[in-house]
Amino acid sequence: MKKMLFILSVLVVASMVLAACGPSGPAECADELGCAEYGPDDPIRIASALVITGPDAQLGLDSQHGVEIAIAMRGDVAGHSVELQAEDDGCNAEGGQAAGQKIVSDPSIVAVVGTSCSGAGVPMSKVISEAGYVMVSPSNTAPSLTDPAQAFNPGYLRTAHNDKVQGAAMAKFAYEVLGLKTAAAIHDGDPYTEGLANAFRESFEGMGGKVVAFTAVSKGDTDMKPVLTAVAASEGGAPEFLFFPVFTAECAFLAKQTKEVSGLENTIAAAADGCFSAAAAEAIGEAGNGMYFSGPDLSFSGDTYVTFKQQYNTLFGSDPISVFHAHAFDATNMIFDCIESVGVTGADGSLSVGRAAMRTCLYATSGFQGITGTLTCNQYGDCADPKISVSILENSEYKRIWP
Amino acid sequence: MQRRLQNINYLDFVLWFIRVSIIVFVAWGTIATLLDNPYSADVWVNFTVLGLAQGSMYALIAIGYTLVYGVLFMINFAHGEFFMSGIMTATVFIAGPLSASGYLNNHPVISLLLILVVSMITSVGVAILTERVAYRPLRKAPRLVPLITALGASTFLQYTFRGLFGSEVKPFPQVEALSGKISFLGTEILQTQMVVIIATVIMLVGLYLFVMRTKTGKAIRAVAEDKDVAALMGIDVDRTIAITFALGASMAGAAGVLYALVFRQVHFYMGFLPGLKAFTAAVLGGIGSIPGAAVGGLFLGIFESVGPPLFLDGLNVPAYHQLKDVITFTLLVLVLIFRPQGIVGERLAEKKA
Amino acid sequence: MSNEKKFTLRNAINQGLLAGLITTLISTVGMVELFSQRQLIAGVMTMAQLFIFLIPALISFQTARKAPKNSILLFSAVTSFFASLPVLVLILLASTFGLRRFLINVSPSLIETLTFGQGPLVGSLILVLATTAVGVAAAFVDQMDEKIRKPILAGLMWTILVGTFSEILQERLRAFFGIGFTNLIIKSKALQPVAALIFLVVVTAISYFWQQRGDSIKKGLASQSATQRRNMTYAQRIAFFVLLLILPLLLGSYLSEVTNNVGIYVLMGLGLNIVVGFAGLLDLGYVAFFAIGAYVMAILTSEGFLGVAQTSFWLALPVSVITAVIAGILLGTPVLRMRGDYLAIVTLGFGEIIRIMANSDLLKPYIGGAQGVLQIPKPSFFGTSLIQPGQLYYVVLAGVLLAWFVSTRLSNSRLGRQWMAMREDEDVAEAMGINLVNTKLLAFAIGAGFSGLSGAIFASKLTSIFPHSFNLLISINVLSLIIVGGMGSLPGVVVGSLILVGLPELLREFAEFRPWMYGALLIVMMLAKPEGFWPSAIQKRELHADEESPPVEEVAAAD
Repeated sequence: MKKMLFILSVLVVASMVLAACGPSGPAECADELGCAEYGPDDPIRIASALVITGPDAQLGLDSQHGVEIAIAMRGDVAGHSVELQAEDDGCNAEGGQAAGQKIVSDPSIVAVVGTSCSGAGVPMSKVISEAGYVMVSPSNTAPSLTDPAQAFNPGYLRTAHNDKVQGAAMAKFAYEVLGLKTAAAIHDGDPYTEGLANAFRESFEGMGGKVVAFTAVSKGDTDMKPVLTAVAASEGGAPEFLFFPVFTAECAFLAKQTKEVSGLENTIAAAADGCFSAAAAEAIGEAGNGMYFSGPDLSFSGDTYVTFKQQYNTLFGSDPISVFHAHAFDATNMIFDCIESVGVTGADGSLSVGRAAMRTCLYATSGFQGITGTLTCNQYGDCADPKISVSILENSEYKRIWP
Repeated sequence: MQRRLQNINYLDFVLWFIRVSIIVFVAWGTIATLLDNPYSADVWVNFTVLGLAQGSMYALIAIGYTLVYGVLFMINFAHGEFFMSGIMTATVFIAGPLSASGYLNNHPVISLLLILVVSMITSVGVAILTERVAYRPLRKAPRLVPLITALGASTFLQYTFRGLFGSEVKPFPQVEALSGKISFLGTEILQTQMVVIIATVIMLVGLYLFVMRTKTGKAIRAVAEDKDVAALMGIDVDRTIAITFALGASMAGAAGVLYALVFRQVHFYMGFLPGLKAFTAAVLGGIGSIPGAAVGGLFLGIFESVGPPLFLDGLNVPAYHQLKDVITFTLLVLVLIFRPQGIVGERLAEKKA
Repeated sequence: MSNEKKFTLRNAINQGLLAGLITTLISTVGMVELFSQRQLIAGVMTMAQLFIFLIPALISFQTARKAPKNSILLFSAVTSFFASLPVLVLILLASTFGLRRFLINVSPSLIETLTFGQGPLVGSLILVLATTAVGVAAAFVDQMDEKIRKPILAGLMWTILVGTFSEILQERLRAFFGIGFTNLIIKSKALQPVAALIFLVVVTAISYFWQQRGDSIKKGLASQSATQRRNMTYAQRIAFFVLLLILPLLLGSYLSEVTNNVGIYVLMGLGLNIVVGFAGLLDLGYVAFFAIGAYVMAILTSEGFLGVAQTSFWLALPVSVITAVIAGILLGTPVLRMRGDYLAIVTLGFGEIIRIMANSDLLKPYIGGAQGVLQIPKPSFFGTSLIQPGQLYYVVLAGVLLAWFVSTRLSNSRLGRQWMAMREDEDVAEAMGINLVNTKLLAFAIGAGFSGLSGAIFASKLTSIFPHSFNLLISINVLSLIIVGGMGSLPGVVVGSLILVGLPELLREFAEFRPWMYGALLIVMMLAKPEGFWPSAIQKRELHADEESPPVEEVAAAD
């Protein structure tokens, strides 16, 4: 051990001396935040930081697959192939920070797709921004992330819907389109679900509806019947509309068990984009007939999404396992578009992408035709198509019915 | 409580204070709820039946903890994964294809038996392998070491199955013969829940008889009592321990099928929480005791279901169902302060605990 | 159990099948495919190929050691031949039935990797031949003279390690020597063949000479006088502290971040070590105090709407620690009379209660519920905000050194002895006049204090905290690391943290297989070193005493 220490310290001193006389990097880049530079044959490198371990892994893996397909379908970007550096955000703050530090220590990474979870997004957005990088999240929905008074950092964008927008849309749909006056909302203590349920409650009450129950289950719960029984027996009577914007596992439990609880037979169930996927439809099964889902309308992009799904099946052996693959696909393509528009190709085929230019370009994204809609970014990085659609599930098929 | 500690008065005072404050709090909440009367009697019965069904599953899983603890004095944290592995495998290889071909609904009994057998065999196989690889070599290691390998095995198994079958939620088909409700005690309950409760009772009785009446059962009890002496009596200790693991895992495998029948979906992470709850149930009932595991499981299930509305509804706690585990664990502390050996457990020799 | 048992061909076949099954498992869970494009040594070997051949090679090596002297090559060949069979079955099944319906990761590209892109028939043949060849090669290495074998193995091992950690090395090399030089050695994570060869030769050579000369150097050291040796240790200590101080300069921002994370776990580990390692109280809810420390820090310093005081980090730090200490006493009291596993489950419950309460809507108005507490400032030191991981490192280091100092002093103090007496036998300890109540409460309180300190630093390092960061897995991880390191041993805590926190962080490349590797690692490490990697002197002595007493349970071990 002691010898190792000695050797280590010798190495250390030697390397410092060498570092001092080593050649300094090329200085052609004129960007204030520096550039990502690629030699003539080097691939462009982007990173992803999504939750690929733990109980929410399917959410992040699905998004990562979206990025991988975007790379595969795009082919070369600005004359270079693209390489993905896939990181894990662990769905928690420390994971996001560590992944962020890892990414910013690599000067060859030009942009990041991530994070999956808002909790990981908050610290990572700080790390990424301070280092002059840029990130586009496919599935962060917490309002605080794009709120300049809270956790917004320049360098952060997202293609996912802000909870405020989606919650309000669902409330509007329930109150105005379906004409329902009483509702209940259930979340599971995840920042995403809690934020969305709260946004729904505020909007629904703001329009004049009555939220008879606002309650929560815990992540990992399986038996939702006690909660649902309590909701059915709430003081204002059983709600006409039940909104549970949770992820696939809990969502499927709630959907199935709602049908089994006396008093909720006539209640219309609804969930949000966390449970809006082919895999979720399969998990919910027959119980999902007539259930509503808010989220992006993936059918409207036409052929692109069909090709996307085929690719997904060949590469990963199943239908998409969650919903945010589409957002990730769009995020990746937005990044590619910007690389192509701001990247400077040298005479020898090398490429230099300015980081500040990259940011400016991404924030200026306008009318981008993605598979989740037409994306236009505002100055705080909210890029999602403001039109939220609501789909109904019939025989495991989603049909868009609104707007 | 006969043990003399210095400062005994101070400590007793604190313990009494804790007991009294928990009880006062519970009573206050209960009275407030009952005065408020938000739910009809039917709903309360419903809560109880729901709790019983959930508790049955806890009981079946808790058996595994208790059996293993009985012979090895070790918390087998991987037990929740035995539960998961069986039903995951059965769902992917048996239930899925059977349902797709329509065989499941035409021949529900054969299909369910097949699913049960595959689930139990897989669970037992995984358990025996785990025991052989991760626990047996560590018989003589310090007590916490097998605990760590158990934690390692738990993670390893979770991610093995995730690697094998994927990370998404797998639907378990609805068995039409078991869908719908039946009338029970004046209230409607789901057929699947009835199946769960009945199946649990049968299995628990069967297991109890096995352990109490058969020669193998006797060997298990002997090993639990004293390994060295058991070995001198000609009992193959390693084999008996493996059988104990198998027995616990078979119960977990069966619990997996019941779980799938009721909740109709499986996931690689599904073993973690039920495992934790079942462990809690085993301790609550008195770890090491088979009736204890059963009682602890049912008790826990009912408390999880009835507790939050009964204790917290009247106090206007927002989203009180979130706090059900707080109730569970507070209850656990209360029980262990009053009865350190659990609800029905025997007092363990001091050295063993 | 007995080494004299004859090792037959049948054993060799079993060993081979076992190796094959492990390789098949690694393939079916998807790890081989994930690394099919990852070059370990550019153009020579991919990481996937390493996974395919590593286990058969290791097991063949084992077989070679046990096999009868005259037929070693045969045994190894048989073992490695059979090791390829399960993989062959997988290839066969996958290419005829399309197993992917059931096993999601058995994809065409996996089969392509396993058959080296040569199609099922030719590929399988190559696989069988290659695996057998690798096995025979392993046997050859085993046959070599120890003086040559060890250096070669060391060279191979280090080269593979460098290839595995190439990502990190690449980043460091680039920082020190610039991109041009780095590309000569490692380019897009792949070790360049020439560099790999040079490295292999150099390491082998060094190892060889070390072996030749090592003994004489050691003897030379041993013959030094006491004064000389003391001077040496002083010099070493000073060098060590200097190294600690300049570490962030060498590590760069990412590795400093990893070091900080390790440091935070070391802090927690030192605290839990007092509770579990010294006092023998099994605490599975240790994360509770970590959470309390973090939340107190967050609420006191946050500049967001949940912040109540906007105090400075340094002011909030003692408050966090004191709050955690009080919580430790509060939890400690009801569980004073519980023992062993009852204590474990109750403390586990306490940890869960804290997390659930933090996450609940009930406390949302005060501590943010699921949305957490945001806008926590990083600590500042005389006006400089410690933003970079390399700067925060010193805060973590100071915390660890403090905890280390307290721990060392305690372990040799009267209180430390009391804890150990209590750990060995409560009744005897009490009979000796030890006040169990105070002794236990002090253990809980001090342990909680360290954890609270760790939590406070954690909160301000992250600048935002969410209840999800305080789950049971943290408690489990901390417990695991002190056991892996060696219970009751302070250096063990550091070693454990490096292995269980640092290593997974450095192996980020394994992506979704990190927890899988972590689980396997825990089992393998505990099997290999049940006493931990750096056991305390006392524990070593105890285990040694164990070995001397005649084994009792051997009687039953008929397998």
